Amino acid sequence: MVEEVPKGNTPKPLTKTKPNKFIIGGLLIFVATSILVAISIKGNAQYYLTIDELRVSPEKWNQNLRISGVVLGDTIRLVPGSDEITFQVVNIPGDMNTIEAMGGIAAVLHQAATDPKAMPLTIIYHGVKPDLLKDEAQAIMTGRMQPDGTFLAGELLLKCPSKYQEAPLN
Amino acid sequence: MSASLGLGILVLTLIISLYAVGAAIAGTRMHSAQLIDSARLATTITFPLLTVVILIMVYLLATGHFEFAYVYRQASLQMPLYLNITALWGGQSGSLLFWAWLLSGASAIAVRQAWKHEKPFTPWVVVVTMFTLAFFLLIVTFVDNPFARIWALSDGQVVQSMIQPAGSFLIYPPNGLGLNPLLRDPGMVFHPPMLYLGFVGFVIPFSFAMAALVTGRSDSAWLRLASKWALVAWVFLGIGLVLGSRWAYTVLGWGGYWGWDPVEVAALIPWLTGTAFVHSMSIQEKRHIFKRWNIALIVLTFCLVIFSTFLTRSGILDSVHAFTQSSIGPMFFGFICIVFIASLGLILWRWKLLESEGKMESFFSRESAFLFNNLLFVLLTLICLTGILLPVMSDLFNSTKLTVGPAWYKQTTGPVFAALLLLMGIVPLTAWGSTAAKSLGKKIWKPAVVSLLVPLILILTTALNWAGILALWLLSLITAVTLFDYGNAVFLRARGQDEDILVALAKVTARDHHRYGGYIVHIGIVMIALGVVGIEFYQAQTQVTVGLNSSINLEGFQVTYKNLTESATADGVDIARADVTVSRNGKTIAALSPRRDYYPLYQQSVTVPGVYSSLAEDLYVVLVDWQPISADAATFHVYYNPLINWFWIGSVVMVLGSILAYIPSRPKAGEKKEEQ
Repeated sequence: MVEEVPKGNTPKPLTKTKPNKFIIGGLLIFVATSILVAISIKGNAQYYLTIDELRVSPEKWNQNLRISGVVLGDTIRLVPGSDEITFQVVNIPGDMNTIEAMGGIAAVLHQAATDPKAMPLTIIYHGVKPDLLKDEAQAIMTGRMQPDGTFLAGELLLKCPSKYQEAPLN
Repeated sequence: MSASLGLGILVLTLIISLYAVGAAIAGTRMHSAQLIDSARLATTITFPLLTVVILIMVYLLATGHFEFAYVYRQASLQMPLYLNITALWGGQSGSLLFWAWLLSGASAIAVRQAWKHEKPFTPWVVVVTMFTLAFFLLIVTFVDNPFARIWALSDGQVVQSMIQPAGSFLIYPPNGLGLNPLLRDPGMVFHPPMLYLGFVGFVIPFSFAMAALVTGRSDSAWLRLASKWALVAWVFLGIGLVLGSRWAYTVLGWGGYWGWDPVEVAALIPWLTGTAFVHSMSIQEKRHIFKRWNIALIVLTFCLVIFSTFLTRSGILDSVHAFTQSSIGPMFFGFICIVFIASLGLILWRWKLLESEGKMESFFSRESAFLFNNLLFVLLTLICLTGILLPVMSDLFNSTKLTVGPAWYKQTTGPVFAALLLLMGIVPLTAWGSTAAKSLGKKIWKPAVVSLLVPLILILTTALNWAGILALWLLSLITAVTLFDYGNAVFLRARGQDEDILVALAKVTARDHHRYGGYIVHIGIVMIALGVVGIEFYQAQTQVTVGLNSSINLEGFQVTYKNLTESATADGVDIARADVTVSRNGKTIAALSPRRDYYPLYQQSVTVPGVYSSLAEDLYVVLVDWQPISADAATFHVYYNPLINWFWIGSVVMVLGSILAYIPSRPKAGEKKEEQ
């Protein structure tokens, strides 16, 4: 066992006090923030869907969504005279274990992008073209489905695993 | 040869670190000074050993030994030497090795300090630091080894392995893939090491806290050792975050500095609890309260450092940082569980011992302000954790994946940040022990009146933007309060001692440099906030295609397209460079050259904006990568970022203030006796 603690500067017993005002004040702030967080989640959170899931759940089309797919490089276009960019994406599985079983994300992206039977979804985005928006990049888009069946993305995030880190050895 | 040497030393260091843990525990059990001594020595020796491993790795990267899988992936003949060296932390196994190396250095110093100042702490500091080191070395040795080489099997398959597979032969690729073009930037030299220094730095205060718990020391001895480390770690982590932000601003061409990307948030979280800790630790030293809280905070910070590393490496987050998902996630998770359960057990065991010796009296006292500061930082931590874990949690409990983005973070953290700023403004007016609400009011009215000038001027001179005006008024209030308090102390001294104002300023600052260093940090934060307000409330942007010698107008600036040249560098990078001039009121004030570098090998472009920068604003011009780019017409995206430079200036001021606060005090006669 470790050595005993020197006794001597043990604290004086505290006198009984009314409920601690600091605890009450702290709790109030905590509760207020929690409510803010909860309301904000209700207003701002998006459902994360794969493109296949999006197709079969039309009831979610009028909601704020986040979807993930692989970019088809040939379809990237800039609409002249505006900052509008359009491109097509196709489905990739959302589940990590499935991706792992199919040989990792780079293989999954390549397979999906070269699959002739895949059904593409058109994405519309306004802004500067991100450096990583290119063929076989994984795109994660936040936005809404439009009546014409395209997806209007407010946020666009891109991942390029094959080039970023663990490139295949060949 | 170098491979087996590096690998051999790596394994040896792993064994030594495990031995140190065992010897330290056995030594305290058997009261053997000899065993503890050897544990101490073992700890110290891990640093030179790992230094050799790092040097070998750097040598392999610098000389292009592409038969090593790590070198093949991270280094390239096309990269300059300094980038090939930074490739050391460009990939997973290298960065974990780098982490371990920094930790071994910090551990060696910490063990020496413990031995000198609090001898009974020594074995426990050894146990914590060497257990952590062993964990990292275990991964680097057995799971993701940077010394693995590339082999061709007899069936033509190419694999990477530490040992030669039967019937295979070694492959010597003529060149490596190299870092992603986006990482080929001087930012790569400083941003990751600073973050790692911050992360590693927090291991040491944690080890002192654990040592105090195990040995049952209820006083602030551990904190005296830990506080310097915490402050240094906090500063480095802060510098790392800001450098990352600066790098993103200058390279990615999106005109922003912080995107609430999950990996950014994951690195911010330990900084938040670390900030709470550097505040509350000073309260324990001064008032002997918050003892349990401080231990809990440092445990939390350490767990979050590991958690942050785990999150970025586990692949469960969608991030632009896009690290590959790897198998080390579960190992990190296991490590966090062990650390968390062990420290929680220790805290509960010593619960009674850690009772506060003092008590808080007033709502308006300085210690109460620190308490609310801590509460708000913990709330920010919880908000950020909610944000990054929401997809995982909702998937687990509700089997839907809910995610949140920047809008959510702004909405939730905004009010908390504002409350923190307000608190920061009041703190100089409070006193230890108690402050009456009345005296607070008496002190605040003068600076408050002065600060009203700012919104007044804004209303009269600029377009109405109430949120922006409110935020700027808050900032001017804090500045006014802080400067009034500082100025008052200087003025009183100058009059009392009959000194020159500047001499008095230096003397006042020197006499209580912890406090005034803190004030300077706060002024730095006001500047940072100024930059944030500028972008959040006043940013403007436009994207236009213009012909030669035509102009884009934005916020009183005129950007005129002059020329476009396309060229290729010797190492195969295609560069499209536009020349534009920036003028205001008919006067040309700058010539910029926004660029697009295209790396055909990676099929990737890198945007390099042209930036006209002044204290008032940045004009940030991006050459948009699209047709029609030709000499006749080109597309530009122009951002007007007011006040953004104060973000970077404030960060520098913050670091300077922290250094001032860090300088050890000259011990007063009474304190010296106590320490010996």
